[in-house]
Amino acid sequence: MLRAAPFLLMAILLLPVAAGGLATLLPAFGYLPALGGTALSLDPWRALLAWPGLGRAVVLTAGTGAAATGISLGLAVALAIAARRAGVLAVIEAALAPLLATPHAALAIGFGFLAAPSGWIARLAAWAVTGWQVPPDIATVQDPAGIALVLALCLKETPYLLLMILAALAQVQAPARQLMAQGLGYGPRRAWLFGVFPLVWPQMRLPVMAVLAFSLSVVDVAIILGPSNPPTLAVQVLRWFGDPDLALWFVASAGAMLLAGIVLAALTLLRGAEAAVAWAGRQVARTGRRGGSGFDGVTLGGGAVVAIVALAALAVLGVWSLAQSWRFPDLLPRGWTLASWQAQAPGLAGTAGVTLGIGVAATAIALLLAVACLENERRIGHRPHASLALLYLPLLVPQVAFLFGMQALLVRLRLDGTLAALVWAHLIFVLPYVFLALADPWRAFDTRLLRTASCLGAPPWRVLLHVSLPLLARPLLAAAAAGFAVSAGLYLPTLFAGAGRVATLTTEAVTLSSGGDRRVVAVMAAAQALLPLLAYALAVGLPAWRARRRAGLAVAA
Amino acid sequence: MTLTRRRLFAAAAGLGAARPAAAAAWAEIERAGRGQTVFWNAWGGDERTNAFIAWAAGRMAGDHGVEVRHVRLRDTAEAVTRVVAEKAAGRSAGGSVDLIWINGPNFLAMKQQGLLHGPVLDLLPHAALVDREGKPATLVDFTVPTEGYEVPWRMARVVFVHDAARVPAPPRSMAALADWAVVHPGRLAHPSVRNFLGATFLKQALAELAADATVLQAPATDDNFMPVTAPLWAWYGAMRPHLWRGGRNFPDSGPSLRGLMNDGEIDIMISFNPSEASVAIANGTLPPSVRTFVLAGGTIGNCSFNAIPFNAAHKEGALLLCDFLLTPEAQAKAMDPAMMGSPTVLALDRLAPAERKRFDDLPRPPATLSDGELGRPLPEPHPSWMTRIATAWETLVNA
Amino acid sequence: MSLRLERVSIWAGARPLVRDLSLAVAPGAVVTVMGPSGVGKSSLLAFACGTLPVGLRGEGRVWFGAEDLGGLAPHRRRLGILFQDDLLFPHMSVAGNLLFGLDPAVRGRAARQAAVAAALAEAELPGLGPRDPASLSGGQRARVALMRVLVSRPRALLLDEPFGRLDAALRARFRGFVFAAARARGLPVLLVTHDVSDAEAAGGTVVELAGQSGEGRQGNQGSAGKGPRAL
Repeated sequence: MLRAAPFLLMAILLLPVAAGGLATLLPAFGYLPALGGTALSLDPWRALLAWPGLGRAVVLTAGTGAAATGISLGLAVALAIAARRAGVLAVIEAALAPLLATPHAALAIGFGFLAAPSGWIARLAAWAVTGWQVPPDIATVQDPAGIALVLALCLKETPYLLLMILAALAQVQAPARQLMAQGLGYGPRRAWLFGVFPLVWPQMRLPVMAVLAFSLSVVDVAIILGPSNPPTLAVQVLRWFGDPDLALWFVASAGAMLLAGIVLAALTLLRGAEAAVAWAGRQVARTGRRGGSGFDGVTLGGGAVVAIVALAALAVLGVWSLAQSWRFPDLLPRGWTLASWQAQAPGLAGTAGVTLGIGVAATAIALLLAVACLENERRIGHRPHASLALLYLPLLVPQVAFLFGMQALLVRLRLDGTLAALVWAHLIFVLPYVFLALADPWRAFDTRLLRTASCLGAPPWRVLLHVSLPLLARPLLAAAAAGFAVSAGLYLPTLFAGAGRVATLTTEAVTLSSGGDRRVVAVMAAAQALLPLLAYALAVGLPAWRARRRAGLAVAA
Repeated sequence: MTLTRRRLFAAAAGLGAARPAAAAAWAEIERAGRGQTVFWNAWGGDERTNAFIAWAAGRMAGDHGVEVRHVRLRDTAEAVTRVVAEKAAGRSAGGSVDLIWINGPNFLAMKQQGLLHGPVLDLLPHAALVDREGKPATLVDFTVPTEGYEVPWRMARVVFVHDAARVPAPPRSMAALADWAVVHPGRLAHPSVRNFLGATFLKQALAELAADATVLQAPATDDNFMPVTAPLWAWYGAMRPHLWRGGRNFPDSGPSLRGLMNDGEIDIMISFNPSEASVAIANGTLPPSVRTFVLAGGTIGNCSFNAIPFNAAHKEGALLLCDFLLTPEAQAKAMDPAMMGSPTVLALDRLAPAERKRFDDLPRPPATLSDGELGRPLPEPHPSWMTRIATAWETLVNA
Repeated sequence: MSLRLERVSIWAGARPLVRDLSLAVAPGAVVTVMGPSGVGKSSLLAFACGTLPVGLRGEGRVWFGAEDLGGLAPHRRRLGILFQDDLLFPHMSVAGNLLFGLDPAVRGRAARQAAVAAALAEAELPGLGPRDPASLSGGQRARVALMRVLVSRPRALLLDEPFGRLDAALRARFRGFVFAAARARGLPVLLVTHDVSDAEAAGGTVVELAGQSGEGRQGNQGSAGKGPRAL
């Protein structure tokens, strides 16, 4: 049964992606019999090219995606170098968890509340400097260039990439290599870039690709903070798919395929850029120049800005949710009240319950499958190398490129709006994160403990239950928290698999995000952020509580 | 309860003649609807409407044993698309959408494609109370006869809201509004024309600026669309650079427009609810200094409807909900400024005195105009005008 | 009954680690396999246990008396193994570790507790059952690890440099304790080590494993080791 696990895992991930992708690809070339498209044609592409906003939308999409990825990666690398100082590392580790836990939508909404012309920053400016009585007429959010979109993405992606770098560092004896290179007289930054980074990069490649693909095709953040005339391609595709004029489905499918093409091109360019950077790096390394002493002020400043802005975005959600009346240019609300929470409480409880239920179910199944696969891998004794990349596929293919096709299939199977469909749709995105979070600790586990247990006469299931799982509780819970946070933040998959009938905190928050009452939006977004934060708190707190009487656990996992 | 229903049917017949067949049919619907879960697909961007729907859901659960779930849409078209997708997939029963809050182009599209269940209006006992003569918009949706496929549930009327502290004498025509915007750059905004309220803003202007507004009552054609709307685009082109964000960004919807007003980013906004200002002052989403005004040439009025898709899984429950929304209790609740402040679709003179008192007792806050001040509503243009205007606008702003 | 390895070869890919080794260990006796690190000593024990790591391939047979252990899953072979590290389970108490190891044939809560208490007494650690393993000294932990193996009632004892981490004084004491316990139970003991003093203390047959260069000698010496002394 265990041997079937990897195939089951791949089927769960790839079947909907492949089938959904095909069900989007065919309409892009005019084939969708249900809507009268029975012959292949290029008409959808002609219609797409005829859309006046196409050029600007493509430039906007590519520009925001590339900028968000580039800035996030640069900052994450710089912070990883600065993290050689123990004090910096401690601060980073403390700040990382809440930022990773917060869903994109909640952070984007909070960022909007900060950066809007009537937001906290402008209020601060009005109070301190400008004396504005009405908000300035400046497009600080939903700006035509998508700057707000890029910045909000950086708030989420920098911590993620930093986490990936820190995890990779642990496997390459980074401190020793750093010291060795510094011993040769290299400055700390060069020592890291030449001595450590080349070893870290192979493990960074897939996460960076995932960030790039995500930034190019993100929908919820782009709806909340991106420009709308034209919007990014993903949002425009969503508009076309949602249009009652069904002829636009063909255009939407073509647009989705164009977006998939843009992502593919960007990923290819990334590989090219990688080779170019590696070549340039070798040239510089050959000169033997040692580099400076490594002043980290700018880096730490950038990191601090990311952390402070992100935390302020969360704080402003809390303030708005408790505000009675808070008009520009007041720095703080005139009065405080729980009324917004109380008014939303009845609906909120149900919605939070649904969010929790789907998240827990998807995470539990993902954990089961991941454990089964890893346990199988250990027993058969080899890693399925090829399939590892496939695991990332749902994270590399734009969601709009297969979710619509998948929805059409779900409708055909009469599964749309069912809990099973939702959990499956979430599983597609939860599973990769859970598997990747669990794989390294699982593979690094000291097998002598397992051999000892076996030789003591414990059958494999008992070894798994009483040795592997308890000792890997920390990474298991961390993987669970990561998986749950992913599920709690999913917008498009929930929208489509749920047939719109199933509301989660995310769909509610995004739906309301354009609404007029910030207090209500804040309640939704705060609740959306709260659930995964609690999950992370549990993932940190439970093992600590369990380890209180077992000193060996503090170092075991 | 049954007794009152009987009496209602008697009243519905108008001349006191009982309609036992209708009453029996309704009793059957009541029996079948009990225990159903009705998925009411309604735009979820307005908190006050959401609160009203939640209230109605509570009453439906208590009185009829019907569970009402509000599917909060970002755009009504989402629900239409879903029904279309289900039809395309061959699902002609057990559909996922039981009831849609619908208007205009979406209704036209569904009606033309045979996606609606009905006619249903005259199945409902309380339909007899609808003011069909005094409020003809209850039977005609954007010039398209509803033919019983839609059930009215709230009246809507274009009004404008201004911050009286900053704009003591607001402009009284769309032409004057454009002039005002030029003098006060960045202080006027309208919702994206993808949104019905944004489209209404342009339709209101077209109704005023078109050389002959009567052509709007017939479908737009390739031949007449550009000539008829030319004054509109000239007016809009002159005003647009002076709009909020230079006319390059637009709020998504009415509520986000209201948010801008509340934040002090703009001074004048359009609304489709005559009580918007009062309701918003009461719940703190607009400053107390806002007031309502209408245009000298009149403003567009229409009616909001609900319709049942042909494949709805819970048609009986949906009918029960539609009927409940027409009860004096629900209509008065909807009209309460503390709730939504939506004008009723009922003929008040047809109500029993006790029922009528519910409406007479409602407060009329200072930011709400009287019926006399509102004047008679202008009719909605045919949906094709809205569709074409939206497309043309899309091309304009994306270019 | 004795533990016998018959013509055991272990390969890392095409490279032989152990070639054609045969040996036999009588009940209560110790056979020591010696050689420098990396020569495949530990792999030999892993092969006997059935837990040869992936990437290594073994040939040959493992007998206990007349029973061929080759086809059995590791947990059915009942060959207790001790490593250089004690490898106590950090999430269990001392008693928990012993209970995990204790032969399931000992049934009933009271009987199992009594068996654990007896084992702790034998290890001169009475009353330490509820303790966190991490709070014990190195010597104490080593003894708990040994008792954990012994209460599982193994048929033989495999020792993978179990004394390597202990300092000289402790080392001699613990070594004596292990050998005495094994002798008392009549267990065949297969010890691998690179330390001559271990081999001397064991006092039994010594088999030298050399590196690749000495492949040719292995089989001969192994055969020599399988002399009458060991049997």
